[in-house]
Amino acid sequence: MAQGLLRFITAGSVDDGKSTLIGRLLYDSKTIFEDQLESVERASKQKGGDGVDLSLLTDGLRAEREQGITIDVAYRYFTTPKRKFIIADAPGHIQYTRNMVTGASTVNLAVILVDAREGLVEQTHCHSFIASLLGIKHIVVCVNKMDLVDWDEACYEQITEDFRNFSSRLDIADVRFIPISALDGDNVVLRSTRMDWYDGPTLLNHLEQVHVAADRNMQDCRFPVQYVIRPQTDTDRDFRGYAGRVAGGVFKVGDEVVALPSGTRSRVASLAIGERTIDMAFPPQSVVMTLEDDVDVSRGDMLVRPNNQPEEVQEIDARICWLDEQAMRPGMRFTLRHMAHEVTAKVSEVVYRIDINTLHRIEEEAPVLEMNDVARVKVRCASPLFMDDYRRNRTTGSFILIDPSTRRTVAAGVQYS
Amino acid sequence: MSGEYNLSHLDELEAESMYVLREVAAQFDRPSLLFSGGKDSIVVAHLARKAFFPARIPLPFVHIDTGHNFPETIAFRDDLVEKLGVQLIVGSVQTLIDRGEVSEEKGFNASRNSIQTPALVGAIEEHGFDACIGGARRDEEKARAKERFFSHRDEFSSWDPKNQRPELWQLFNGKHQPGEHFRVFPLNNWTELDVWNYILREQIEIPSLYFSHKRKCVRRAGQILAFSEHLNLRPEEKSEMLCVRFRTLGDLTITGAVESNAETIEQVVDEVAVARNTERGGRMDDRRGETAMEDRKKEGYF
Repeated sequence: MAQGLLRFITAGSVDDGKSTLIGRLLYDSKTIFEDQLESVERASKQKGGDGVDLSLLTDGLRAEREQGITIDVAYRYFTTPKRKFIIADAPGHIQYTRNMVTGASTVNLAVILVDAREGLVEQTHCHSFIASLLGIKHIVVCVNKMDLVDWDEACYEQITEDFRNFSSRLDIADVRFIPISALDGDNVVLRSTRMDWYDGPTLLNHLEQVHVAADRNMQDCRFPVQYVIRPQTDTDRDFRGYAGRVAGGVFKVGDEVVALPSGTRSRVASLAIGERTIDMAFPPQSVVMTLEDDVDVSRGDMLVRPNNQPEEVQEIDARICWLDEQAMRPGMRFTLRHMAHEVTAKVSEVVYRIDINTLHRIEEEAPVLEMNDVARVKVRCASPLFMDDYRRNRTTGSFILIDPSTRRTVAAGVQYS
Repeated sequence: MSGEYNLSHLDELEAESMYVLREVAAQFDRPSLLFSGGKDSIVVAHLARKAFFPARIPLPFVHIDTGHNFPETIAFRDDLVEKLGVQLIVGSVQTLIDRGEVSEEKGFNASRNSIQTPALVGAIEEHGFDACIGGARRDEEKARAKERFFSHRDEFSSWDPKNQRPELWQLFNGKHQPGEHFRVFPLNNWTELDVWNYILREQIEIPSLYFSHKRKCVRRAGQILAFSEHLNLRPEEKSEMLCVRFRTLGDLTITGAVESNAETIEQVVDEVAVARNTERGGRMDDRRGETAMEDRKKEGYF
């Protein structure tokens, strides 16, 4: 029962066979139910296709079925005896970059599909760049449709070499390559008998074994206070507990902590999950912490260790992805949300836009950020924030911008210090 | 860093759901929890108790009562609400019918499923709820696979699946215009089996309907439906006694049973682990077309 959880995203351009790959993973791991399969068989027939179109398992919205495309991130689940998996299935179309950013923000690993006949294309670069931008530490490049290149090793080797050359410019620690045929299932769940030259794991083997626990930051203690619990009942009149999700490090009862921004010090008096008291709390646990002293701490504050504090920043050196249909207007004010803390902010400078296909910097006189644009910007805040470099901590290093008039989430940002 | 910091997937799901529930209490003025009496909303109630302990759950429970509920569901609901010490608000479909505000479907497959939506939307407007927590999961149905944790609804309670707010990291944006609200789904990332394993691990009490019992049933279109005064029988249909249990609890008229001998949670978990049909496969309301769920959600369904 001590299975862990692996969250991963699948990305590929149109017709790379991404939906088929997911269908294959679900089908061969026996996750698809009979009534789902029957409904897909019915729908495949209606569309007039031959055989079962496994992509129909994932494309659920009416518009998607009509247009034969995926327009929003869909989440899929499957379990093997070793792990539970959550797949964020992100659409490959360029105009939906924001969906990939959304899906990528919560995952440990990215599966990037490359068509063996095409090799690397612009979207491969784009997906890899977004994966690296969003701090994904593990990438699996699946060279798909090997059946259509006669299971040719040289073709596969060329693609891996091209990808290595390209990805050396990105910040990704762990890149793996697997030759597959999603249509026939070769090297997805079951080992291919047609590519003896490949001696690595199947995709599922790799997903089951990849080590992601070390990706959590267990060094820098960060406890963002999400909610203050004050029962005010006769039995718990004086109880004041700080509820939150540990964002980094290990907190133990008795540890000295400092509250930010006030700087007040105290010690951890107790830690609990519901009625169960615990000795230590670590990411990603949701706990309630009480302190020895009666200090003034509220939602949006952060408890850290005195000798290891985040940076205090008022102007964030950030990479942002613009997500809204309305372009970013110069001088626009935003509500910036950083964990449970909100502050008024504005983009004081667009340093450059990034062409996500070539990774070239675009420096302009009067840059405008349109939906799906990625840019390096300076974000100036009305009051300082306590942040870590995103590469060190994905929770304390990220933020969103909200348009105060439409209330929509208009940008996602990460801090690189 | 080794074994001592490893969490099981249930621990991770629990932590995520508790975070979502606390975020609702912190971000909204008038949040509520939609309680159906089914196992998923019972698990949400359990998680909410944990999230706010030792304080009481700081939001009312809302039950949309179709008048066609299993009596066991209503008894269970009243008992749980009392134990938790939370306020219960009931939105009654029968009242809307009596007032002539909605009309009932006719025919053999008539159900009150679709007219739950006006009752729910009415309750939201009457009480001014700006967030409604539900127990829906992404694995239940294709349209639900694209749900956010914080799912925006306009002033007509509609869901626009093509224009959902991007949801990054765990930074949920619950800001809204007056009259708009959010549906919030803390169990988004749970599967049916996760829910059952969690019920087993936490020893959560659930209604007896989930366990095998003898019941008068009717077979219809490959389904087993509970016989009741609300079910219109066709001339050729006969009721029969069967050993059944339910995988989901909706209205008496639409919730399909499965033949089963599972009498304990352990036995139910074993059955679910090898089941070859989805739990909503027994729901007549989802069998009305490939996008039946999406269409209902757009109108403001759960």
